[in-house]
Amino acid sequence: MPVQYYIFLSIALFCIGVMGVLMRRNAIIIFMCIELMLNAVNLLMVAFSKMWADAGRVDASSAQLFVFFIMVVAAAEVAIGLAIITMVYRNTRSVDINILNRLKN
Amino acid sequence: MNALISTALSGVVMMFVGLFVRNKQNIKFFAIAAIIVAFIANLALYPTVEHGGYIVYGMIEVTKFSVVFNAVVLGATLLYFLLSGSEFEKVGEHVADYFALIFFILAGITLASSFSNLLMLFLAIEILSIPQYILAGADKKNLKSNEASLKYFLMGSFSTGILLMGITLIYGAAGSFNITELGLGSDPVHPLALCGIILLVFALAFKVSAVPFHFWTPDVYDGSPTVFTSFMSTVVKAGGFVAFLRMFHVSFAGGAISQHWTLILAIITAATLILGNFSAVFQQSVKRMLAYSSIAQAGFMLFAVISLNNMGAQGIILYAAAYSIATIGVFAVLMKLKDYTFEGFNGLARKEPLLAFTVAVCLFSLAGIPVTAGFFAKYFVLSAAIQHGNLLWLVILAVLCAAVSVYYYFRVIMAMYFKQGEPEVLPVSGGFKAALILTVVLILALGIFPNLLLCWL
Repeated sequence: MPVQYYIFLSIALFCIGVMGVLMRRNAIIIFMCIELMLNAVNLLMVAFSKMWADAGRVDASSAQLFVFFIMVVAAAEVAIGLAIITMVYRNTRSVDINILNRLKN
Repeated sequence: MNALISTALSGVVMMFVGLFVRNKQNIKFFAIAAIIVAFIANLALYPTVEHGGYIVYGMIEVTKFSVVFNAVVLGATLLYFLLSGSEFEKVGEHVADYFALIFFILAGITLASSFSNLLMLFLAIEILSIPQYILAGADKKNLKSNEASLKYFLMGSFSTGILLMGITLIYGAAGSFNITELGLGSDPVHPLALCGIILLVFALAFKVSAVPFHFWTPDVYDGSPTVFTSFMSTVVKAGGFVAFLRMFHVSFAGGAISQHWTLILAIITAATLILGNFSAVFQQSVKRMLAYSSIAQAGFMLFAVISLNNMGAQGIILYAAAYSIATIGVFAVLMKLKDYTFEGFNGLARKEPLLAFTVAVCLFSLAGIPVTAGFFAKYFVLSAAIQHGNLLWLVILAVLCAAVSVYYYFRVIMAMYFKQGEPEVLPVSGGFKAALILTVVLILALGIFPNLLLCWL
């Protein structure tokens, strides 16, 4: 399959993630959309790795290593993020990101 | 490299110190000792890189610039520990953990100053961001702190996603992650590379809070515990800038590619200067004013990135030092006051002359008045932009904005020296006063002899 298909799929997934982050109000759903963005990047990275390997570059597998690093860092971010969302939920009984603005005043 | 290893190890050690050392004062002394060790270890590397850097496995490049920058960052953190280290215990129980997180942030910054691979850029940005999300929410019962943490986390991870997309697109165009081998300068510019660079500009602008990606900054800096705002808005911001500078100076400088992003970055700089300065004028709280002032100062630091010459690199070192020292000084005194509004400073000069004098010198430096460090910092970044040639309009705008900034900095000085009032000040120790005098001396020394720092480059 040509690499363009992967590029379009990844860009589409990425844009869905971006729109979700900008439009949704629930912290967990925003968080899922961020994960979607990261996974779109992972998919694209692997596709490019294959593309450069076919073009004859010997170090093309480094992109696949990059994907592992993204996964590890994303896992660390999940740990921190869920802890923060839990902390907010304990204090406000809600994960709506607008509620904090209202409660603060 | 030494700085990276020693700060990362210190972070781990500090977590164990929290288990075994009960006295909070001792934890602080331990952290100060650890940062001094890191500072000396970093300087010990200087003779080996004086005549040229070396590369570690194609991932990290240790250069003279990175060693000097790390020395500035570690020195500013040392000053921060001396001035504000005892405020940590007012935030919460886990003092050692906060110190450990700060050391991890420092590890990220030292990595950001010396990466030579896009993978390391990504890791550096993440290592310096993730501990900040925790520090912003350290005051767990406070809703403002909660909001700061959640907002910072969501916006920070979002910008990480954008950064990664930028890196991937650049890889698609270049076929390599090594920043010296990208070779994007050819004409016509590869469309994937162009998209990637624009996304990278956006993501890094997020990290250094440049307009229009600054909207998280006032709430996060205002909501976080003041002692951590002091660190996040100074040292960490300098770390974001050095990553920006290194990326753009090494990879995107030559050929047709630089015209494409210079215009975008120039517009971002102009917007940052205007919005940062004019919003700061209308603030009622000094803490929030300093948040907007940090946006405005980011505009000046962006000049060093755009100008793409050696003077810009010198400018960023001097600016990082001047801005960090001055802002840490103002925050240290702010934390001793009960009332964070401008009225809270009324009559401070009569009650605590030394505190008032330090704040005045720091604010002079931030405004860029001669004899203080801020003057030469602004001079270097602006003359770097003049050397570049096409950015004269931006320099004129920056000078006008610096004039505006004098208004809101001097409002504090007016309140302290010319207004009557009875400010509520927490008791200050002798050590704190000695550290304040050290701050003043550093600002004046750098303001009169900037070569004290630049001779190392």
